[in-house]
Amino acid sequence: MKPAAFDYLRPSSRREACELLHEAGDDARLIAGGQSLMAVLNMRLAQPKRLIDIAGIEDLHYIERRDDHLAVGAGVTQAELLEYPGLAEAVPLLAQAMPWIGHWQTRNRGTVCGSIAHADPSAELPLCLATLGGQVVLENRRGKSRRVMAEDFFQGVLTTDRRQDELITEVRFPLARPGAEYRFREVAMRHGDFAIVALAAVIDSNRVTLGVGGVADRPVSRELARHADPSEALNALAWSLGAEDDAHATAAYRRQLIRELGRELIAGGPSDEENAHARQG
Amino acid sequence: MHARADQRIRVTLTLNGRERSGYAEPRTQLCDFLRHELGATGTHVGCEHGVCGACTVRVDGRASRSCLMLAVQAEGRRLDTVESLAGEEGLSDLQQAFRRHHALQCGFCTAGILMSCEEFLDRVADPSEAQVRDMLSGHLCRCTGYTGMVQAVLDVARTRREATVPDSQQENNDV
Repeated sequence: MKPAAFDYLRPSSRREACELLHEAGDDARLIAGGQSLMAVLNMRLAQPKRLIDIAGIEDLHYIERRDDHLAVGAGVTQAELLEYPGLAEAVPLLAQAMPWIGHWQTRNRGTVCGSIAHADPSAELPLCLATLGGQVVLENRRGKSRRVMAEDFFQGVLTTDRRQDELITEVRFPLARPGAEYRFREVAMRHGDFAIVALAAVIDSNRVTLGVGGVADRPVSRELARHADPSEALNALAWSLGAEDDAHATAAYRRQLIRELGRELIAGGPSDEENAHARQG
Repeated sequence: MHARADQRIRVTLTLNGRERSGYAEPRTQLCDFLRHELGATGTHVGCEHGVCGACTVRVDGRASRSCLMLAVQAEGRRLDTVESLAGEEGLSDLQQAFRRHHALQCGFCTAGILMSCEEFLDRVADPSEAQVRDMLSGHLCRCTGYTGMVQAVLDVARTRREATVPDSQQENNDV
């Protein structure tokens, strides 16, 4: 289908973008890469009166490695972050999880911050941000910025803490901690489809942080003890997320995936690459 | 830039090496602009929500779905479509390989697939079969299947590598 009609606005600064958002009230949507929003517009699931394109704002296009985090500006595409030299060493979880986002062709335009802003509960980037305890940086029309922890930012299906006149300017992924291991697994109907269950883990010597995507209404991250048998904790986690049946999988299957893949992930099962070869072989 | 919903905006871009202009409403998808306004009908439109990949074109070199982009967002950019591939000497090496390996039947999806493959081959000189399949996973082909395409891409990658004389050999030749 074709999108319903809208006014198209291309601000050249953050401040102007926020002013436009404020003026438009609930009738405006922001677009960057558009790899989620354009599909929604084409299917007329959303019919905003104004579309505000932030692609013309120059100073949002940066990736910066700082003391304790990797900062990604709102203009950066997923492909650009994947190609960032040293990503696997700086934020190994991203290097593992990002090849699962959509396809080569959508990662070429889709932005990192756009995926965070869209807040699809099955999306990989929100899951990574939540599991690592990252932050979202927002700026309003007065030029005031605030930082929100991922766990407070994601509030439900496609729902976030962003206020109506705010622009996400940056997301911050904590850098890898020495000695910690990072692992990611996903089950989808096909590679590139929405995750039925996606799991991300940070494994330290005495604890495991396990993030789950695709099950609850937002990515959920929990801490488990490292040495104990994780079966019971995984079962409790699986039941706590309110899994539901849908066209792709039953709630029971989702819980089973959390238990089985969770156990494998914590134990250090086959890597994604090995899985990819097995799948394609 | 502020454009009203019913306004027709002039959009200028470089299409297959030539500067082209046309008019688009804010809501006009890039694929429709290419086909209806510029007459470049080589790009096909399939699902219109970014799943099938038939409408894939290269935007500043990057393979992208032209149904998930507005014409107004392509202002000033370099667009390459399937029409850019064949030259005066006939089909490109990739197109010939598709033919040789029976990588198409009806051809509806092929225009987009070729543009993805071209970007992929530019970036990955020595791809594995798994990498080729991962790239092709962004496209749906409902009549031919992917085996021929995988073979065609691997074949072209090999031929292009062989055509590029490695630096070390070049030095030897000089001596």
